[in-house]
Amino acid sequence: MGQKHSADKLSVQELIQNSSGKKQRKIIEKMIPIILLLIASVSVLTTFGIVGTLIVETVIFFKEVKIPDFLFGTEWYPFANTEQLFGILPLIVGTLKVTAIAVVVAVPFGIASAIFLSEYATDKSRRIIKPVLEVLAGVPTIVYGFFALTFVTPLLQQFIPDLKIFNALSPGIVVGVMILPMIASLSEDAMSSVPNSIREGALAMGSTKLEVALKVVLPAALSGITASVVLAVSRAIGETMIVSLAGGSTPKFDLNITESIQTMTAYIVQVSSGDAGYGTTIYYSIYAVGFTLFLFTLLMNYLAHVISKKYREEY
Amino acid sequence: MMVQTLEKGTAKQMVASSIVYDTQKLNLWYGNHHALKNIDLQIKENEVTAIIGPSGCGKSTYIKTLNRMVELVPTVKTSGAILYRERNIFDANYGVEELRTKVGMVFQKPNPFPKSIYDNIAYGPRIHGIKNKKVLDEIVEKSLRGAAIWEEVKDRLTTNAYSLSGGQQQRICIARCLAIEPDVILMDEPTSALDPISTLKVEELIQELKQDYSIIIVTHNMQQAARISDKTAFFLNGEVVEFDKTDVIFSTPEDNRTEDYISGRFG
Repeated sequence: MGQKHSADKLSVQELIQNSSGKKQRKIIEKMIPIILLLIASVSVLTTFGIVGTLIVETVIFFKEVKIPDFLFGTEWYPFANTEQLFGILPLIVGTLKVTAIAVVVAVPFGIASAIFLSEYATDKSRRIIKPVLEVLAGVPTIVYGFFALTFVTPLLQQFIPDLKIFNALSPGIVVGVMILPMIASLSEDAMSSVPNSIREGALAMGSTKLEVALKVVLPAALSGITASVVLAVSRAIGETMIVSLAGGSTPKFDLNITESIQTMTAYIVQVSSGDAGYGTTIYYSIYAVGFTLFLFTLLMNYLAHVISKKYREEY
Repeated sequence: MMVQTLEKGTAKQMVASSIVYDTQKLNLWYGNHHALKNIDLQIKENEVTAIIGPSGCGKSTYIKTLNRMVELVPTVKTSGAILYRERNIFDANYGVEELRTKVGMVFQKPNPFPKSIYDNIAYGPRIHGIKNKKVLDEIVEKSLRGAAIWEEVKDRLTTNAYSLSGGQQQRICIARCLAIEPDVILMDEPTSALDPISTLKVEELIQELKQDYSIIIVTHNMQQAARISDKTAFFLNGEVVEFDKTDVIFSTPEDNRTEDYISGRFG
């Protein structure tokens, strides 16, 4: 205490007192929150901008097409020469077919992978497998799309001769493969965060490892697993390239999965890459479809949020 | 069994019939660390055996070896034998699930499952194949009564066990253990995370459970060992320094190190 510095006979406290730059520190400290706020608002404002544009153009669309016709119409013929029909149900059904197939593929495989990684894999194999699984999530979706069109569809045609070149099944399966790592990885996180003391409690009762995994860890992690599935569904709904390449462009209001379909995203791609003139009804229709799509994914994300919050387990 | 033991001599027969665990020259290593050294201990039926000793003396390791939970640590190696009811638990064909169905365990920190109180208690019977709802109801009530917590929870069996206090959670864990009516109950410092009143309740419970179960309890609380146990083993640096009747250990210990420890000179 109070010991003088040998060189200039000043204590450290005195050196701190005399140091310059104290004012600068104060100014910087005041500026930083403002600067950071501005940076943060860029992304928030962008979101508002996008939603705003969607709404404005959608409103214009609904001046030309009645809302009930759009929501409940079962025929989507925007390119008809005589009478255009804008019933969105065929596009929604197309999207849901692909999503449902993807979920059927991804949920069992994703959760099984999560159980293996969290309960059975040694540290060493987990360190190898998890990154490999996550690489799957990094594959560009256009690559998945080609994979569906040029590999999966011909392969499936060996077993299902009726399968058309463009269909719902093949892109559905491939979208499932795409969202699988997301479910596996997030579910594994949820299961790994179940404390070991609970596993030990179950093992000490004479449980087998499988019983511990299925009857104790899985129920305990259910909220996290459900949230991961809902988020994955949200991605499947919004998936574009795979369904554009392999799904086709025939909006149909039925439950057939072997024939060409069209999803909401694929329709937007079709119109955007074609030559629909600015100001035509077709041009505005992509905003209405985009807005519908936005509502779907928003709902899914909100659902995931509610589930993980409401059913959060306390240990 | 009578014939078998008679061959070994009548004196030994008296002992053998009431011995639950016979530990013979047990050594255990965590990697290169020699944690248990030449342990020889005989634990009798319907007694409370306390294991005391300073931190790191191997007392928890020993109790976890008795139901082979210690093998969850991947680097563990053992030598020697532990005979549970005259069968070596390290035998290759002795299934751990079978052993752990006979030997229950209560842990240091209460670890109920994140399920309802009812499902916590019914877990053990269910995994061992009891499905009848009526039978399960009876087991749940009997176990909760056995763990002296029935009156406190009987009206909210469907609530999550984590809504209970720490002391109640620990008694739920004891009830969960009783539900499969084990032969032995291992307790690894079961009151160290509890307040004094809850501790007292658990101690009283142990006294009652003694009628039907053999209990082995690790504790670093010497008063607790003195209060509740019939026999006490003093562990130090992975060795058993002394093992005798509790009143002998606490009044006239043979070994100086035991005396130093229980009089509070170290540990």
